[in-house]
Formats: sequence, structure tokens, C-alpha cells
Amino acid sequence: MKKYLSFFRLRFLMNLQYRTAAWAGIATQFVWGGLEIAVFGAFYKTQPEQFPMTFQATVNYIWLQQAFLALFAAWILENEIFESIRDGNIAYEMCRPLHIYPMLFARGLAVRVSRAVLRCFPVLLFAVVLPGPYGVSAPESAEALCLFFITMILGALVTVAFGTLIYVSAFFTISAQGLRLMVTCVMDFFNGAIIPLPFFPDKVRAVMELLPFAAMQNVPLRVYSGDLAGREALRAATLQIFWLFVLAGAGQLLMKRAEQKVRIQGG
Amino acid sequence: MWPSGGIIDTAMPDYFGLTEYFTKVLHGKSYGGQTDLARYDTYYYQEEAAMIMMEDICKSYHVAKRTGGFKEACRTLFHREYETIRALDHVSFTIEDGEMVGYIGPNGAGKSSTIKILSGILTPEEGTCTVDGKVPWKDRVSYVKDIGVVFGQRTQLWWDVPVIDSYELLKDIYKIPKETYHNHLEELVSLLNLGELLKTPARQLSLGQRMRCEIAASLLHGPKLLFLDEPTIGLDAVSKLAVREFILRQNRDHGTTVILTTHDMQDIEALTHRIILIGKGRVLMDGNLNQIKRGTGSIDETVAELYRSYEIAEVGS
Repeated sequence: MKKYLSFFRLRFLMNLQYRTAAWAGIATQFVWGGLEIAVFGAFYKTQPEQFPMTFQATVNYIWLQQAFLALFAAWILENEIFESIRDGNIAYEMCRPLHIYPMLFARGLAVRVSRAVLRCFPVLLFAVVLPGPYGVSAPESAEALCLFFITMILGALVTVAFGTLIYVSAFFTISAQGLRLMVTCVMDFFNGAIIPLPFFPDKVRAVMELLPFAAMQNVPLRVYSGDLAGREALRAATLQIFWLFVLAGAGQLLMKRAEQKVRIQGG
Repeated sequence: MWPSGGIIDTAMPDYFGLTEYFTKVLHGKSYGGQTDLARYDTYYYQEEAAMIMMEDICKSYHVAKRTGGFKEACRTLFHREYETIRALDHVSFTIEDGEMVGYIGPNGAGKSSTIKILSGILTPEEGTCTVDGKVPWKDRVSYVKDIGVVFGQRTQLWWDVPVIDSYELLKDIYKIPKETYHNHLEELVSLLNLGELLKTPARQLSLGQRMRCEIAASLLHGPKLLFLDEPTIGLDAVSKLAVREFILRQNRDHGTTVILTTHDMQDIEALTHRIILIGKGRVLMDGNLNQIKRGTGSIDETVAELYRSYEIAEVGS
């Protein structure tokens, strides 16, 4: 276990040194969040009662999403890992006494957590200070806040498990570019990164909420303002745990197969 | 033209002490009783078993083939042709504990495949192999604790952080006790002259500096067995000499078994007594430098001549 923690530590420390990238990221998140709220605001002005979520809940969703973007964004995958699988540098990791799957998982988690830690506070601070319905409101209740943190951890783990699955599948294809592009698009659409899931038509939404993608950011971001509460919230959290086990199990199995079958590229 | 007999057909030494064992079984009442015999057996196994035993190892690859051109490219969209290439064809050899062996052959001969099998990351189709009593590709994770590998053309150091951070990670991966780690590190730093380099991020090291750091990284856990896959590739004269000197010392002082693949014949000359020559996936020769040296030709000429005589050179004969 300690060796995987060390991977986490090293990757975490490494990410902390990219300060310029962090500032650039924070600036982007401000602009993006503001823009989204302006667009939603315009829609809400015409017919607020037509919307599945209150304006305040939507604003909370957007600011929290921007603050914790690094935990959930589909596109955060390490090029270095794809590269090392493609050119065979991964051979070095394979001649060490460690299992590849947990190593990839630890690295994936470290990248996301380190990015999020660096970036979340300025965005949160700004969003709290913003007046009226345009800033983040207090959580619905103490339980909601508690559940928000729990489901956020679970959601991040599910996201990492999914990302690790993409890394592992890179062992089977010569280039993972295509797969990566396709999966990130699908993920962004189905996990509520572009539009929150409640905005989808009921029948479509019923199916979408069962998918692993709904077990990522969708749950914590809605739990915070009480849009998802009580029994429904518990069901969503259970689904998160379910998908975490399924995705991690599938990843481990696939990795085992890869280790047996795959050859390392290059001389 | 080349005398191939004699060199290849070396008699199989009595590694297990089998002859002696059977003599005892047949004659000796003094060893009567199952337990004694069993003990005798393990005793000889531990004492006499070779470090590496490879027997009839075969490995082949599928390689997609097509000729150039647009038409051909379109055709292969629907129908792809594969060619099976025998990378290793019944490779057998034995290496004793503490030996230093040069593993040579032209490009594409199967050297790297052999190293990959020995380091547990490639599973052969046929044949048996034990290293220090273990099968490399079965239970990879527990096997690799005792080996160290340097791939000259790859890097194991983390690009953006100081070298020492990579070492600390290795310490945790191999669960090296603190004291052992510091002793090993101290020794490696002084022998390979790493001092200041440890604080430098890997991306800012020159090739020679990086290779010294790579070699140290592979030895931090004090492996019994070291595989070096082209460790001097691209190094200048000074770095080459430093690396060679270090490998010699490692072998002499710690009894580390070393297998070295290289195209640099001076490496071979400086480091190894024994040479295994492989070509087109077969072991062609297992002997020493003196056996292949003819007349006054340089070592490179000698080896080129050797490759040609076995018709394994990729260019002109």
C-alpha cells in the first residue's frame, strides 16, 4: 500500500510546481462559470417555472463544478502514461515489484486532487462573495453538506476508475488517441458537465441516471443544494459505490489480461 | 569457414550434482532413509543450481505486413496479412551465480526479447526458464524484487522532479529499509560521482549523467542479478569508462551476476570473459573472446566477420 501512496505523493508534489498552469486554470474557470451563469440567467428570466432546478441550485451547481473541475473533468488524463505505454517505457514499471493497476489509479487520483487543491479556493472564495443569486449559497442543510463531501469523494473515485480503464485499454491499441477523444466527449455529455442531468427529458434522464457517468459529478453537485436529497440521494450514492467496484474490477481484470498478452513495443 | 563445432558443443556441466547424487543412491547405505536423501537433494540444489537456466525458449511475434502505396493501404483495410517472426528459436543457456556475460548479436537478433523474458515482462510460448530458482513470468511481482534492469534506450527517472525524488519512490516500491537505502545510496553516489546530480531534475541531465543516474536507480535495492540492455549507448568516452569501471566493481565487490547486451565490442572486451552470440533467434556460440579472436583484426572486425560467417548480418555479406 505504501508504494502506491508514494506514487500519489510524488505525482502530487510534481503537479504543485506548475504554478502558471494553475493561475491560467483559475482564470478560465472564472470566465467560464460567469458565462454559463449569464446564459442560464437569460433563460430563467423568461420562464423560471419551466426549469427542473431553481436558479440558485443551478448557480451553485455551476460554481462548485468550476471550483472542483479538476476532480471530474473528463479530459484530465496523463499524456505521459499514454506515451509510456505506446513507446514501451512502461517496461520499467513492469520490472518492479508493483501492480500496474493500483499504480495507475494512484497517479490518476494524485493528478486530479493536486489540481483541485490548487484551484478550488480562489474560485470558491469569489463565488461566496458574489451577491444574490449569482453566488454560491449556503448548503441546503448540514446533512446535505456532509453528503456532498462523501459523494464528492466517491464521484472523484469513479471518475479516476473510469480514466484508469482508458489507460489500461491503451495497452491493447497502438494509439489511444481515438478512444480517448470519443470517450471524453461521451463522458462530458452524459455526466452533466455540459448541461446538468435534470435538464434532460424525463425518459432519457431515467436511463442516463443509471449509467456510470451519472455517478461522477452529477451526484455531489446536486446534493449540495438539495436538488438530490433523501432516498433519491442515497440511491445515487449506492450507485456510485456500485460503479466504483464494477469499473475498478473491470480495470484490474483487463490489466491482468494485458500483462499476459501484451508485448512491450520497441527494442 | 568458421569453426563452429567445438565452441558450441560444450559438454553440459553437472550442475545439480546429479551424478554424485545417483552414485550415493546406488551405493550408499550410509544415506539410508527418505529424510536424509531429501536433505541431500535440497543441499545440492542450493549449492549447485545455476543462477539462470534457459531451456528451449521460443517466442514469436505477429507483424502486420504490406507493401507501400495507396492501393495496398486500402486493401489492408479489409484484409490484413500477418507474418510470424520467430524472435527466439529454442534458446538455451546457463549462467552461474556471479558470472558476467556478454550477450551479443546483430540488430533484431532477439537480445531484447531475451532480456524481457528474463525480467518477467514477456511470456515465451515454449520452453522453461528459472532464475534463482523462480520462473520469471509466473508471479512477476514477487520475482522482480531481486533483479535490476537498465534499458539504455529508455528512462525510469521522473522527468520533472529531482533525481532523488525518483530514488525515494524506488525505496518505497522495493521496501528498502532506511539504513540499507542510505548505505547503497552513499556508495552509488561516490562510485558514480552523482553528488550534485541528485538535486537536478532528470530533464536537465546530459545523457551521460542520466545514464549514471539510471544505473544507480536500478541498483538501489541491491539486486543479485543485473540486466544491462545497451548501457553505454550514446555515451562519450569518459562516461563509458566510468560506467564500465562501475559495472566491474559491482560484480567484483558484490558478486552481482551481470548480463550485458551491447553493440559496443569494447564493452565486451573490458567487462566479460564469456560471450553468448545470438542471431535470428538462435544461440550460435557460447564461448569466450579468445575463441573468436583471429589474427590482429580489431574486435569490431572480428565480430563483423563472425556475424558474416553465421550469415546473420542484416547488411551485406
